[in-house]
Amino acid sequence: MTDSALDLENGRVELGHGGGGRAMARLVDELFRAHLDNPFLAEGNDFGAFDVPGGRMVMSTDGHVIQPLFFPGGDIGSLAVHGTINDVSMAGARPLYLALGLVLEEGLPLRDLAAVVESVGRAARAAGVPVVTGDTKVVERGKADGLYITTTGVGLVPPGVEVGGANARPGDAVVLSGPIGEHGVAVLSRREGLGFESDVVSDSAPLHGLVSRMVEAVPELRCLRDPTRGGVAAALNEIAQQSGVGMLLRESAIPVRAPVRGACELLGLDPLHVANEGRLVAVCPPGRVDALLATMQTHPLGRDAVRIGEMVHDDHGFVELETAYGGRHLVDWLSGEALPRIC
Amino acid sequence: MTAGDAFRDPGRVKDLAATIAGTVAPEATYRLMEFCGGHTHAIARHGLDALLPPQVRLIHGPGCPVCVLPVSRLAGALHIADQPGTILATYGDMIRVPGPEGRSLMRAKADGADVRIVYSPLDALTLARDNPDRTVVFFAIGFETTTPPTAVAVQQAAAEGLANFRVFCNHVMTPPAMRGILDDTTAPPLDGIIGPGHVSTIIGTEPYREFAEGHGVPVAVTGFEPLDLLHAVYLLVKRVNAGEAGVDNAYGRALDADGNPQARRVIDAVFIPRESFAWRGLGHLPHSALALRDTCAAFDAERTFSLPDTPEPEPRGCACPGVIRGRVAPEACRLFGTECTPENPVGACMVSSEGACAARWRRRGAGRKSAAEGAA
Repeated sequence: MTDSALDLENGRVELGHGGGGRAMARLVDELFRAHLDNPFLAEGNDFGAFDVPGGRMVMSTDGHVIQPLFFPGGDIGSLAVHGTINDVSMAGARPLYLALGLVLEEGLPLRDLAAVVESVGRAARAAGVPVVTGDTKVVERGKADGLYITTTGVGLVPPGVEVGGANARPGDAVVLSGPIGEHGVAVLSRREGLGFESDVVSDSAPLHGLVSRMVEAVPELRCLRDPTRGGVAAALNEIAQQSGVGMLLRESAIPVRAPVRGACELLGLDPLHVANEGRLVAVCPPGRVDALLATMQTHPLGRDAVRIGEMVHDDHGFVELETAYGGRHLVDWLSGEALPRIC
Repeated sequence: MTAGDAFRDPGRVKDLAATIAGTVAPEATYRLMEFCGGHTHAIARHGLDALLPPQVRLIHGPGCPVCVLPVSRLAGALHIADQPGTILATYGDMIRVPGPEGRSLMRAKADGADVRIVYSPLDALTLARDNPDRTVVFFAIGFETTTPPTAVAVQQAAAEGLANFRVFCNHVMTPPAMRGILDDTTAPPLDGIIGPGHVSTIIGTEPYREFAEGHGVPVAVTGFEPLDLLHAVYLLVKRVNAGEAGVDNAYGRALDADGNPQARRVIDAVFIPRESFAWRGLGHLPHSALALRDTCAAFDAERTFSLPDTPEPEPRGCACPGVIRGRVAPEACRLFGTECTPENPVGACMVSSEGACAARWRRRGAGRKSAAEGAA
């Protein structure tokens, strides 16, 4: 029965939960208000109202369709919070507020929904970025795959910070915040039909704290990018292309932990193409790279930060990798859909 | 450091490369074909050709299962996928290969066909068990390495009485393809062959003796790590210098001369060589591919579905056939890097990471750079 209290043990999402009636009000009260509690939501409006200081604002939105919903190191809820915080942060900005949109499939266990909403609340509180407005829709069974989440975030860029993908110049240093490929491998390890197991845990994490230290210590920082879908290869190709500058990386400098490397060899993947959700790549003037690395290494999410290469003159905007043996090859974008629905 | 890392040790790799450079005769050329697509991929990934002296030329061979499958067989798979009530289970490599009129399995999937990517034929068996009201067809491709698992899947389906499981068999064999390449007198002759490591763990090294003794071309079988590949190159260079043609095993840690007789027995129980099979690039080669035996007819997709058997033309302008033979360099194809890229492949050699064109594509920056350095 949808107009009694939510049965979080055995209940399931029903079409009535999105119908705008009492059942929906109950879902909002017992799940969303309970787990996302903050003064904005408490006002009970269909919008979040807030004052903005002067300066440059950034806004970013991100849909999350990951399967499975729960994976080692996170779930679709924490991922949706981290993903959008990170997108806003990659402008060098301080994320302020989030909006949350959910599409639920009829039949989704309420237990799973509660776990996801609780995770959204926990991640938002830990990051200090509240969800100030939201929306829920329910679609018929078979018309969605459990649960999709869209998050939108706004943030404020500190004065003097000019971070953008087109700013890289020849000679600049390329920095990576930590070992790569852990999110993608953690998700794949839980995929049905792949038949491999690993202890790899997703790196999913909000990067705004790390970014704030970076832009404070090195305001001349040129580019930031979080290497999610398409991995580090895609993020670096985007920067090279936007800036019209080439890039030369040293394979031996790029950290890949042994279980990730092993899983990638087994599955025929290049770790450079595998998604991350708590790593960033940065480009900065060569004279500032030591200061940048030193600052990053004081933050838990940048402890293993390393310089992995340099921007070089190249009108084609090619990203090249020098192998451990001195050979070279291009680091290309991933073609096709080797890893669907990892975020 | 794991055992595998030892075969990647940069110091040892550079030392061995230097030894090779000191072993080649200054005026000689060594045209060595790496038969296997796994080797092609490893060479590109590690940039190994850049470590070799200019006298040694590595020529990419036909050992990429995706690349040698003729368009007509892909047309057969598309036909199966389009049948109502059917699930086509395929290795992921195949899904983006353009078929007739550029239609791939990925496109068929978007059109409504139920195409599933599997990592093993046993996953296809699971699909058959889970979907008793559908016919599950495993699109079997590959050389001797992937053949035994397909055979085991058929045996397992028979043991379980899994009546809705089929195999669309496109398994091919390495020695006939090598013979096809070496018998082609119109191509520049090869000085040596780097033999496929994984295939040889099944067939052993004995089948290569005919190439060494009959054609006078030395063969060195090896694995997929940088040291494995350079070791094979070193052995071949020494053979060429000595004017000898023998078979060397540079993959001693994984294979012995006899291969795996048990795996061969399983293959033999399920499959029988076809009279002839049309390879992309190599044309019709006798006794070069396998079909299901009559005793396994119930599981044979070719006997369940009436498949179109019209030969399909190669995509216009595509040089894949020449590339597969090692006769045309990928960058010499007029589609290379223009109409044909990994993102929008025209030919199969650009789709698979084991394909010669995809490998060359990854090296295009290095090629450009070395050309620029040469001009400077």
